[in-house]
Amino acid sequence: MKYSKKVMDLYANPQNVGSLDEEDVDVGTSVVGAPSCGDVIKFQIKVGKDGKIADAKFKTFGCGAAIASSALMTDWVRGKTLDQAKEIKNQEVTEYLSLPPVKAHCSVLAEKAIAKAIENYMSKRKR
Amino acid sequence: MTEKLIYMDYQATTPCDRRVLEAMLPYFCKDFGNPGSTSHILGERAEEAVEKARAQVANLIKATADEIVFTSGATESNNLAIQGVARSRWEKGNRIITSAIEHKCVLESCYALKKEGFDVVILPVLKNGVVDVEMLKKSINDRTILVSLMAVNNEIGVIQPLDEISAVCRERGVLFHSDAAQAVGKINIDASMADLMSVSGHKIYGPKGIGALYVRKSQQVKLSPLFFGGGQERKLRSGTLPTPLCVGLGMACEISGLEMTRESEMLTEYKNYFMGKILNGLEDAYLNGDRELRIPGCLNFSFRGIEGEGIMLGMRNVCLSSGSACTSASLEPSHVLNAISIDDELAHSSLRIGLGRFTTFEEVDYVSSKIIEIVNRLREMSPIWTKGG
Repeated sequence: MKYSKKVMDLYANPQNVGSLDEEDVDVGTSVVGAPSCGDVIKFQIKVGKDGKIADAKFKTFGCGAAIASSALMTDWVRGKTLDQAKEIKNQEVTEYLSLPPVKAHCSVLAEKAIAKAIENYMSKRKR
Repeated sequence: MTEKLIYMDYQATTPCDRRVLEAMLPYFCKDFGNPGSTSHILGERAEEAVEKARAQVANLIKATADEIVFTSGATESNNLAIQGVARSRWEKGNRIITSAIEHKCVLESCYALKKEGFDVVILPVLKNGVVDVEMLKKSINDRTILVSLMAVNNEIGVIQPLDEISAVCRERGVLFHSDAAQAVGKINIDASMADLMSVSGHKIYGPKGIGALYVRKSQQVKLSPLFFGGGQERKLRSGTLPTPLCVGLGMACEISGLEMTRESEMLTEYKNYFMGKILNGLEDAYLNGDRELRIPGCLNFSFRGIEGEGIMLGMRNVCLSSGSACTSASLEPSHVLNAISIDDELAHSSLRIGLGRFTTFEEVDYVSSKIIEIVNRLREMSPIWTKGG
């Protein structure tokens, strides 16, 4: 697979790999995808007092595009409000990384990951 | 990337051996005659060269020269064998038996015939990747006209029991075709065990675009051609023979025959070293396919918790392949790994390592270390892998 330099850089030096405390009420966690499909992203956000995303971490099982998409997403959501983070569309990820069409689903998965993590955070706040 | 390129994809193709190339060169510009133009000296020279090549191919698989038909490669050979038998024997029956781990060109040929009303049976294979011979026995009925089973699998390198399959087919009076593209030149092959056998040039250090079909001399073995025209190759394959390519295939066969034993010993050592290092150096790493019944030049591993393409990206200077869906346009994992009951997750995490004539010990050592390093790194960022779990 021919990947852009941006994908290769994110693959080689991914920022924000790791985990946040799932029990923390300020943390939203999502796990999307399935091992049988070849892609699983675990995505976590920590929301600060100001309502902005203070930290984001990921772990990904998948190809270079999946790793790069999730790494990029952790980068992009930092400092954003939840509403702003929800606005990030998979097409922007695809375009930024110049993903080949066959890999577009990886960016869709990354978009889903952030949406689900926000959902998880919101459900914790309601309780 | 300035690192030296390392080729470990010998099942996909092989580099052309210099000696093969040297043998081919005179037939491009100097002795360029049409081997069919036997009325003049250039045609005669070309014919002589082609016939010498035919004998070299035959010699490697213990056949006679008049049993060899040149084709454009194993894909054409497989199509010609399967469709050729189907077209010439449809009055005798319509069942064709093959297996779940065949190359796509065999499976797709069979599927095409199925659409025309042929009864195609796809045999399962055992977990070690060996075709289920008992199932074969049960599947042959009075309407069966052909059994097509490969000699060595291209993804997992497992050697199939051609002698047993041959005995079953002979006893039941059914034609047996074997796709031996990955076997010829690697292990001893006696083509007469089969009625039809496919050979590829570029898998054995010959040029791409040439292959052969062994057609056993027998009243029973009759084929309808795929191509019509000047009636070359005993009317089985019309079209001017590509003299340089035929010469290349012949030379590749001769060299393989002479060097097979030594090469196989070297590759066995490399394979054992590679396998030992990976399986001892990583937990949850598995060898796909039988440990013993395999050609030494092909290893196929799965690594739990990570994805195959991800491993390959970590060593862009190493050319190898993965059964992961992410490396193919289809997004489906390997049908071969699926057939040997490897779960989808492990199929996505597979790597095929192909060793061959020009592989060095340094390369084997480097790549095996590199794989261990990358697998460990990717596992650290995998959400589905836990140490010891």
